[in-house]
Amino acid sequence: MATRHARSAARLMMAPAVILLLGWMLVPLTMTLWFSFRKYLPMRGGDLGFVGFENYVRFVKSSAFWPSIQVTLTLVVGVLVITVVLGILLALLLDQPMWGQGVVRILVIAPFFVMPTVSALVWKNIMLDPINGFFGHLWRAFGAQPVDWLSQASMGSIITIVSWEWLPFSTLILLTALQSLDREQLEAAEMDGAGPIARFFYIMVPHLARAITVVILIQTIFLLSIFAEIFVTTGGAFGTKTLTYLIYQRVLESQNVGLGSAGGVYAIILANIVAIFLMRIVGRNLDR
Amino acid sequence: MTFMTALRAATALGVVAAAAAAQAETITIATVNNGDMIRMQGLTDDFTSKTGIEVEWVTLEENVLRQRVTTDITTKGGQFDIMTIGMYEAPIWGRNGWLVPLDDLSAEYDVDDILPAMRDGLSADGTLYAAPFYGESSMLMYRKDLMEKAGLTMPEEPTWEFIREAAAAMDDPENGVNGICLRGKAGWGEGGALITVVANSFGARWFDMDWRPQFDTPEWKEALTFYVNLMNDYGPEGYATNGFNENLSLFQQGKCGMWMDATVAASFVTNPKESTVHDKVGFAMAPNKEGVSKKANWLWAWALAIPAGTQKEEAAKKFIEWATSKEYLELVASKEGWANVPPGTRKSLYENPEYAKIDFAQMTLKSILAADPKNCCVKPVPYVGIQFVAIPEFAGIATEVSQEFSAVYAGQQSIDEALAKAQALTEDAMEAAGYR
Amino acid sequence: MARATTPRRKAFNTALAWAVGLVIFFPILWIVVLSFKTEGDAIRPPLEVLFDAAWTVESYGVVQERSNYVKHFSNSVIIALGSTVLGLLVAVPAAWSMAFVPSRRTKDILMWMLSTKMLPAVGVLYPIYLIFIKLGLLDTRTGLVIVLMLINLPIIVWMLYTYFREIPGEILEAARMDGAGLREEILYVLTPMAVPGIASTLLLNVILAWNEAFWTLNLTAANAGPLTAFIASYSSPEGLFYAKLSAASTMAIAPILILGWFSQRQLVRGLTFGAVK
Repeated sequence: MATRHARSAARLMMAPAVILLLGWMLVPLTMTLWFSFRKYLPMRGGDLGFVGFENYVRFVKSSAFWPSIQVTLTLVVGVLVITVVLGILLALLLDQPMWGQGVVRILVIAPFFVMPTVSALVWKNIMLDPINGFFGHLWRAFGAQPVDWLSQASMGSIITIVSWEWLPFSTLILLTALQSLDREQLEAAEMDGAGPIARFFYIMVPHLARAITVVILIQTIFLLSIFAEIFVTTGGAFGTKTLTYLIYQRVLESQNVGLGSAGGVYAIILANIVAIFLMRIVGRNLDR
Repeated sequence: MTFMTALRAATALGVVAAAAAAQAETITIATVNNGDMIRMQGLTDDFTSKTGIEVEWVTLEENVLRQRVTTDITTKGGQFDIMTIGMYEAPIWGRNGWLVPLDDLSAEYDVDDILPAMRDGLSADGTLYAAPFYGESSMLMYRKDLMEKAGLTMPEEPTWEFIREAAAAMDDPENGVNGICLRGKAGWGEGGALITVVANSFGARWFDMDWRPQFDTPEWKEALTFYVNLMNDYGPEGYATNGFNENLSLFQQGKCGMWMDATVAASFVTNPKESTVHDKVGFAMAPNKEGVSKKANWLWAWALAIPAGTQKEEAAKKFIEWATSKEYLELVASKEGWANVPPGTRKSLYENPEYAKIDFAQMTLKSILAADPKNCCVKPVPYVGIQFVAIPEFAGIATEVSQEFSAVYAGQQSIDEALAKAQALTEDAMEAAGYR
Repeated sequence: MARATTPRRKAFNTALAWAVGLVIFFPILWIVVLSFKTEGDAIRPPLEVLFDAAWTVESYGVVQERSNYVKHFSNSVIIALGSTVLGLLVAVPAAWSMAFVPSRRTKDILMWMLSTKMLPAVGVLYPIYLIFIKLGLLDTRTGLVIVLMLINLPIIVWMLYTYFREIPGEILEAARMDGAGLREEILYVLTPMAVPGIASTLLLNVILAWNEAFWTLNLTAANAGPLTAFIASYSSPEGLFYAKLSAASTMAIAPILILGWFSQRQLVRGLTFGAVK
């Protein structure tokens, strides 16, 4: 146990840094809160005074609000399910002995390093475009009518793009976790007559639980604020307007900072609800 | 050396240094990544050699540019000495006092040579705030060979009824030809602009004189229904996401019988290097519904403006005078040919016999002249603008409205649903902005 | 120990894994291919693109002529490294105190820090822009270094916190028994043990800062724009643009891709906040 002297010295030494850090992070939060109670229209003279909860009421009453919450949650859950399930399968595959394992792993993790703007642009134009895009050509080569993915399957397309960006992340983490699995345990189970499916569910899944938790937690933080992928591809059309995108529309397209800030406060509330929910459901795994 | 001489020498040095600094003045220009602007960027050396002023370019995609310059102008950030803005922004920003008035341009610049419609659209209360770099209206482009095959002749001023008939005759899915291609992509400057001019040509308007949205009127319903039926029957698959670029590509590959869009497209579809149908394209006026006095002509210009408060106003004015001058047009013509000159801004260009040889020149001029930004619609309106409404809230509203319409084009909701939602959300936004 | 694997099974695994890997990598591969084609060829059907169309570096030439790649690239490097190093300087003491002198509130503070990352940036664009004007930070690399440092700070603190927590307390006890003061403790005992953690934190944050595209676009003009601003001048202009977009994209992602490949091991550790070993 540290001496009382060391403890207080440490606190004293660290306190300024912590305070500075928290202070810095409070600035945008305070600003958002402040503007959310003001009528702030940059194109009409800026800050036009206090309006109470008007912005909050208007933001929720807008016909776009509840759909945007739904879209946000669909996107997050969709990407999480895809990346976790495919991530496990991919990790199992990459864990098998093979030739050129290092190269394959490099191929699989590459999308994680691509700027979100670039991946959205590439998917929208070079892959999904029904006229000149790769899939358009592919469909025509087989005599099929090319599909206009971004309008006909808009949510699916965006979930695909985002999953493509995050699949490397989940795969890499799950693979690392898998490699630390005790082989002898698996072999013992095999001797005892457990089939591959039983081995998977009774030995591997519990072992991976902590890694899956980490994947879900970290991805959720980034997925809740997804923006570039929607801005570049659909611009919020065809039922792909997330809460973040709705706030963008209010602030920059409609030039109503007060209204957008109220939306920002809702976004923080949503984020915290999700965070608490996640901590309850999966967070226990972290403390083991 | 006495103290005073030293001081004098130092002052002299300072003056020299200041003069040198003035010589090496640098201005920063924000612009959009369209072909004509990229060409201007390439010709900057001509300007620098004439004036000694250096130019730094910030070239951005349209949506990003708009967001970037709007932030800077509303906060008086002063990051740019010249901004490339559209006809939508110019009057709003000018009225707010955010732009330097361009009322003292030199005599050689000949401001009266600029087409009146362009000047009106870029002015607020009679003062010009931005100089047009290129201007456009909308017109109909069609395939002469396919019309002939169908046994039809395109009149110079077709009606929507005739367009439907011609689209039916030219539509040939087996050979990959769609009767007609039109924008459906969400966004106020894309599909939003197109459906607005179509509606105008059916007698509709965005707002009545009391700023009440008009989506619940029969004119809007008729226009939207006509458009949707026309495109569902004879338009390309997935037209709900086609904007200018997508349609251009379709037309260039011979996949459209007709295409109504920006007049600047004419130089792309007749360019032998890019277009497989470059020698088969005819031009006609934008259509109207039989008996309606307004045609589906829009009016747009990309223009150069100087934000108020810049330290380099003089240098910026010099650049604007250079880039939007008659000499600049000649410079481009001498390097790239007359077809590549930025069109639609100056009367003298259309009086130039060399330019008149280009077959879309006259139709472009006629289309621009048919557009009146102060008088968009059959019924009176309280706003300036044709395919847009020059109020700050419009971009946000119209983007959301056009998203509702695009959902109709993609078969995801009915026309009535979309119009009802458009009406509700516009009313809500106008109320929030304090109009009603 | 390795399980016995028949060669046939190994061949099957290899084929399947390579197929999946190539599918995932395909979009990146394809932009590299298209970047070496002319605009007209870039929109042809894939087989024609591969076997008919000539290879050319024309698009790279056009991009090079139009934009100052070197300037954007060096801005990206400076901003990414600068913000990360600054972030570490602020975060190390904070994380240290959280890890070694925890209070009941530590977990709550950490959770709250993460939740601020979900604050939509666009909501505070105008106020931050105004502050930047006042401080003269607009279009400066210094300004971006500060902003990106602040944005990524919660992640940096989190990562460092979990690394520091893994350092066994007994070692500190032992050092103290030997008479080490706080300074010696940090300098000679903790720092060496924390180096791998700090390194992977650094790496991840360089990637995050490199790819950040909202603030880097909106707070810069002619001087400080990094590669995200470079890309914004090649997306969706009029006419054909696939080849130029591909060339610009390749130039923007190549440096970070190469860096990432060389350091994937540290990355796993870094990304999972040390939860997975």
